[in-house]
Amino acid sequence: MSEPVTALKGASDTSGIAVVTELGPTGMITLRGDLSAKPVIKAAVTASGVTMPEKNHCATEGTGGLAWMSPDELLILCAYEEVHQRLADMQSRLAKIHALAVNVSDARALFQVNGPKAREVLAKLAPVDLAPDHFTPGMFRRSRIAQVPAAFWMPDAQSVRIICFRSVAQYVFDVLNVAAQDGSEVGYFNA
Amino acid sequence: MSTRLATPGRLIDRNKPLNFTFNGKNMRGYAGDTLASALLANDQMLVGRSFKYHRPRGIVASGAEEPNALVNLGRDGRFEPNQRVTTTELFEGLEAQSQNHWPSLEFDVGAINKHLSRFLPAGFYYKMFMYPRAFWKHVYEPVIRHSAGLGKAPKSRDEDSYEHFYAFCDVLVVGGGVAGLQAALTAGRTGARVILFEQTDHWGGRAPVDGGMVDGAPVDNYVDETLAALKLMDNVQIRLRTMGAGVYDHGYVLGYERLSDHAPDQAGPRHRLWRVRAAQVITATGAIERPLSFAGNDIPGVMLASALRDYVVNYGVSVGDRTVVVTNNDNAYLTAITLKKAGLDVPVILDARVLPEDRGLVAQARALGIRVLMGHAVSSVMGGKRVTGVKICSQAGEGSVLEEIPCDAIAMSGGWSPVVHLWSHCGGKLRWDSATACFAPDVDNPPKGADGMGFVTPAGAAAGVFALDDVLHDAHAAAEGAATCLDFKLPRDVTSPTAERREESPMAPVWMMPQGASAKLREKSWLDYQNDVKVSDVRLAAQEGFVSVEHAKRYTTLGMATDQGKLSNINGLATLAGALDKDIPSVGTTTFRPPYHPISLASIAGEAKGHIFQPIRRTPMHDWHAANGAEFEPVGQWRRPYAYKRGLESTHDAVMREVTNTREKLGLLDASTLGKLIVKGPDAGRFLDMMYTNMMSTLKIGKCRYGLMCSENGFLIDDGVVARIDEDTWLCHTTTGGAETIHAHMEEWLQTEWWDWNVYVANVTEQYAQVAVVGPNARKALEKLGGMDVSKEALGFMEWVDGTLGGFKVRVYRISFSGELSYEIAVDAGYGQAFWDALLAVGTELGAMPYGTECLHILRAEKGFIMIGDETDGTVIPQDLGLGWAISKKKTDYLGKRAQERSHMTDPDRWKLVGLETVDKSTLPDGAYAVGEGTNANGQRNMIGRVTSTYHSPTLGRGIAMGLVLNGPERMGEILSFPGTDGKDYEAKIVNPVFYDLEGEKQNV
Repeated sequence: MSEPVTALKGASDTSGIAVVTELGPTGMITLRGDLSAKPVIKAAVTASGVTMPEKNHCATEGTGGLAWMSPDELLILCAYEEVHQRLADMQSRLAKIHALAVNVSDARALFQVNGPKAREVLAKLAPVDLAPDHFTPGMFRRSRIAQVPAAFWMPDAQSVRIICFRSVAQYVFDVLNVAAQDGSEVGYFNA
Repeated sequence: MSTRLATPGRLIDRNKPLNFTFNGKNMRGYAGDTLASALLANDQMLVGRSFKYHRPRGIVASGAEEPNALVNLGRDGRFEPNQRVTTTELFEGLEAQSQNHWPSLEFDVGAINKHLSRFLPAGFYYKMFMYPRAFWKHVYEPVIRHSAGLGKAPKSRDEDSYEHFYAFCDVLVVGGGVAGLQAALTAGRTGARVILFEQTDHWGGRAPVDGGMVDGAPVDNYVDETLAALKLMDNVQIRLRTMGAGVYDHGYVLGYERLSDHAPDQAGPRHRLWRVRAAQVITATGAIERPLSFAGNDIPGVMLASALRDYVVNYGVSVGDRTVVVTNNDNAYLTAITLKKAGLDVPVILDARVLPEDRGLVAQARALGIRVLMGHAVSSVMGGKRVTGVKICSQAGEGSVLEEIPCDAIAMSGGWSPVVHLWSHCGGKLRWDSATACFAPDVDNPPKGADGMGFVTPAGAAAGVFALDDVLHDAHAAAEGAATCLDFKLPRDVTSPTAERREESPMAPVWMMPQGASAKLREKSWLDYQNDVKVSDVRLAAQEGFVSVEHAKRYTTLGMATDQGKLSNINGLATLAGALDKDIPSVGTTTFRPPYHPISLASIAGEAKGHIFQPIRRTPMHDWHAANGAEFEPVGQWRRPYAYKRGLESTHDAVMREVTNTREKLGLLDASTLGKLIVKGPDAGRFLDMMYTNMMSTLKIGKCRYGLMCSENGFLIDDGVVARIDEDTWLCHTTTGGAETIHAHMEEWLQTEWWDWNVYVANVTEQYAQVAVVGPNARKALEKLGGMDVSKEALGFMEWVDGTLGGFKVRVYRISFSGELSYEIAVDAGYGQAFWDALLAVGTELGAMPYGTECLHILRAEKGFIMIGDETDGTVIPQDLGLGWAISKKKTDYLGKRAQERSHMTDPDRWKLVGLETVDKSTLPDGAYAVGEGTNANGQRNMIGRVTSTYHSPTLGRGIAMGLVLNGPERMGEILSFPGTDGKDYEAKIVNPVFYDLEGEKQNV
C-alpha cells in the first residue's frame, strides 16, 4: 500500500504577511458521547495522551490533542499511523456504553498560518474575537473560514492551526493566501 | 474665477504638486487636495449636469453630502462611476470625467429639458408614461435611458482586491471630529476596548477651520494632543479613511475603510469592510449645513458657507474674488470673516433675521467693515454656468429687487442638521429642536439591544449640540455613559476639557427665500440638486394629495439620488409641512437606511471574487480527472466529471463511448461525493425506521438495502443504499447534494423531537474515496488486484464486506446503480488516488475507462432507476414513482406516512412515472409537457404529463425518457404528443420505465 497523501500534498505559500502551510497527514477521531461519563473521558484521554480540555478549549502535546467540539463531541488528534489502533482501542473501551468514535483523519485538511500577523489573517475570514486577550493559545473555536466550516486553535502566540474539510482544502488555502496578501496588514492587534 | 490663494492651506503640501486630468484637460493640484479643491483651484466651476434638466452644476459642499460633483473616475479595470469629488483624494495621474451630459459638459443638448420644465412637473414619470401601454417599451424607456443616468457602467473586470475584517470592541466611536476624539479619549481612559473611525484622511473635523479655544489654547492644539494621547493607549484603535456605514442589530456596525483609493499603486486590498461587534456605539458624526431655497441656488458658484470656508482654510482655494454671504444664523459669518481675512471681498452679508443688537460674530464682521443687511434675502441669482451677481430683496416680501450686486460666489447657510443617520439606522427616534430648527436624536428613545437597553449614544453636533464647549462636554458625558453601561469606570480625576464660549444670536428658520416667493421664483428654487426637485414640485405633490412624507418623497424623487438627500431632506419636508399647513415634526422624516454614503459593492463581496468566489469541493481524484479530459459539472458545491473527452471527440460522443464501454467491458466512476452518514446507538434501528420509508431495523449485518427518505409532508427528499455495519451501527449513503442536508435533517429530529433516543450521527462523507467498478469485467479487475474473495458466493448482490484489495484496506459494497455487475469500493481518502491508479493499471487489459455523471445517468435511466432532482422536484411522493415496494406496510409510522395518506396524495389522478419511447427514435426535449384534449380556464392547452429525464441510449440505439403522466401506468402503449419549444411535436409511446435487462440478470452474476 502506498503512502497516504493530504489534499494539497503539503502546499505552502510564504509570499504574504503570514506563512500558510498545509500540514501532513494527521490522525483525527470524532468522539460523540456523554462527556461527563468516565469511560468516555478515559477513552479520549488515553487515545490523545492529553488531559480533558474545558469547554471551547483544546489540549495539545506533540502529535496528541483533545479538542472540545460541542457538549457531546470531542476531537482526538494523534499520529496518522496510529489512528486505526487507537480507534480500535477506544471502541473496546466504549463497547458497553452509548458512544460513537469514528476515524475522520482523511476527511480533513489541516493548515498552519504562521507569523506575527497570523491573528490578523484569521480575523479577515472568521467572525471571532481574536484579540490576544480574548483568544489565547489553548482556546478552540468551531466557526468558519470565509464560506466554509472550520475549527481552529493557536498552538502558540504566532501560529494558528485550522481544520477544514478535505474537499475544500484548496479553497481554504487560496482564501488564506488572499487574506495574507502582501500589503494587507491591518495593524489591529497589539500583541 | 476660482483659484489657489497665497495663503497656505492646512491640509495641502505645496512641495508635492500632483498632475491630474479632468475631461482630458491637464490640471495640477497638491498632495492633500481633494479632487474638489483641486478642480476649484483650476477654475473648474462647472463639474456636471443635473439628472433631469441637465442644468449646469458646480461643487456645493466639501464633504460626503455633495450632491452635484460626481465623476467617472479612472479607466479600464479601475474605472468607477459616480465618485464624489469631495471625498476623492487627489493622487498623481488621477483621471476624471464629468457625467450626465451629451455631447459635452459645456454644451449639453439635454439642457433643453429645462425649457420644458413646466411639462416635467413632479410625478411626471407617473403621469406621462402610463399610456399608451406599448409606448413604454419602444419609446419612453429607450429615450429615458439615453438622456438620464449618471455615470457609465464599468466594462472591465475590477482589478483590485478587497477584504473583510472582524473586530470586536466595547465602545465604537464613529467620527473623528472633536466630539469623536473626546469620546474616544474618555472611553479609552475607562479601560474599555475602543475603536474610532474617521471617514476623511484627517482628524478634528471642522473645528480647526471654525476655530475656538480649548483649555486656553487653539483647538488645533487640542486635536493634536488628544490624538497623541489616543495613540499611546493600547486599548484604543484609531482609523482614518474609515467610514461608519451602518448600524445594525446586536451592535453590529459596518466600517468602510478606503486603503488605496488615494494611492492606487499601493500593494494590498483597495477597500476593507470592517464588520464590528460593538457593545456600545457613539455616533459623533457631526452635522451638515443646509442650503437656502432661493431662485437660482443651483448655479455653479452658489455653495454652502461652511464649504467655502473649508476650501479657503484647508486647501488655500478661493471660489471667487467677491462672495456674497446669505444666512439665517451666526455661523455663516465665519465664512465672511475668513474670506475677508484672506484678503477677499465680501460685498454684503444678507441676513434673513432682524437682530436687535450685533453680538459675537455679527459684531466682528461689522468691525471688519463688512456690509451687513438684516432682514434681507436673495431674490434670484444671476448667471448661467456660473454666478455673476445677485438680486437682493427683503426676506419678508415677495422678491421685489432692491439692489443688484455683482459677485462670483454665494455662500449660503440655512442652519445645521445633525447627521442622525447612524443613530436612526437601528431604530433611534428623533425629536424636533425648534431652537436650532433641526431633527436631533431623542436620547430617551435610542436603538435598543436584546436586553432592552440602548446601545447607541450621539455625541456633539450629531446630538444637536453645536457650541464647542457643549460639544466637548457632551462627548465626554456620552463616552462615560457608554462605558459605565459596560461596567467600566472613569478615574475620578478625569474631567472634560473646557472651551471658550462665543456670544451667539439665535438662528431663524428660513424654508423659502424670500418668505413670500412667487411661483416663478419657486420654480427656480432647488431642494434636491441631483434629482432636480424644486420647491414648486414639493408644493405640487402636496396639492395633489401626497400628505405622507414617504409618498411625497417617491412621487417627487426628493432625496432619492445617490446623495440620499443629505442636503435636501429637511428643506424638502419643511416645504411639504408648509404646503400642508402642518408643523414639521408632525410631517416627520423619511427613513434613514444604511449605508450612510455609498460603499463599493466589491467591499461587500470582500475576498469572494475570481477563483475564490465560491468554495469548490474536490474529490481526492479531482486532479486526475482534470488532467484526463474531464469536463466538469457542478453537483452541489462539488465538481464532478460529466464526461472524459478523448482527443477530438465531442462531449456527446464521449458519453456514448463511456456507456457502451461500461455495458460491454469495464467502467470506473468516482463516487466519492456520495454522502456517507454513520448512525449508531441502541435506538439507531428505530430511528432509521422513522427516517426511511422502508424497514431498516431488520436489515442483517453485512447486508445493504436501498431506502427512500421523505419529508414530514410526504415528499421524497433523498435516497440511497443503507448498510448494516454491526449490531447498533448503520451506514447511510445519501445523494451527493444531500449529505449535509440529510445530516442536518437527522440531527434536527434527534435534537428537537427524539432527544431521548440514544443515537449519534457522524458525517464521514469525506473520509472515503469511493470508486464504482462497473461492468462485465468488474469482478475480474478486483480479482487481479487480489487480497479478498469477491465471488458471487462470498459477496452476493446487496452485501458488503471489509477486506484488502491490492494492498489497500477497503470496504466493498456489492451494489449497482447501472444494472451491471458492480462494486463500490471505499478506501481512506488519502489513498484514493493511489487506489484509482491501481484500478486503472489492472483494468487496462480489461478495457477499463473512467466514466462521468452523464454516463451514470444514462445507465440508470436505461434501468428505470429514479434520480432525486430529476424524477423528484419537492412535489413528488414515492407512490408517484412506482416505489410502493420500498414503503413498509408493517411500520406504524415513518416521516411522511401520515402526509401520504391525505386525500391529495392518494388521488388516483396524480401523475405517475412511466417510460417514454419516441416513435421515431429521436430524443425527447428535457422538461417537455404532454398535451391532452381541450383547454383550461386560461385558454391554455391541458397538460397531461411531463418529461423528467431524457437521454439518447447508445445501448438501445434510441431516445429513452421517463416522465410523470396522468394515469400513466394504466395507459401503456398509448402515444402522447410533446410540443417542443422548437415548434416540433414529439410523439412518444408510454412504456415500462425499465428499458434494459428487465429481469436484472446482468447485475446478478
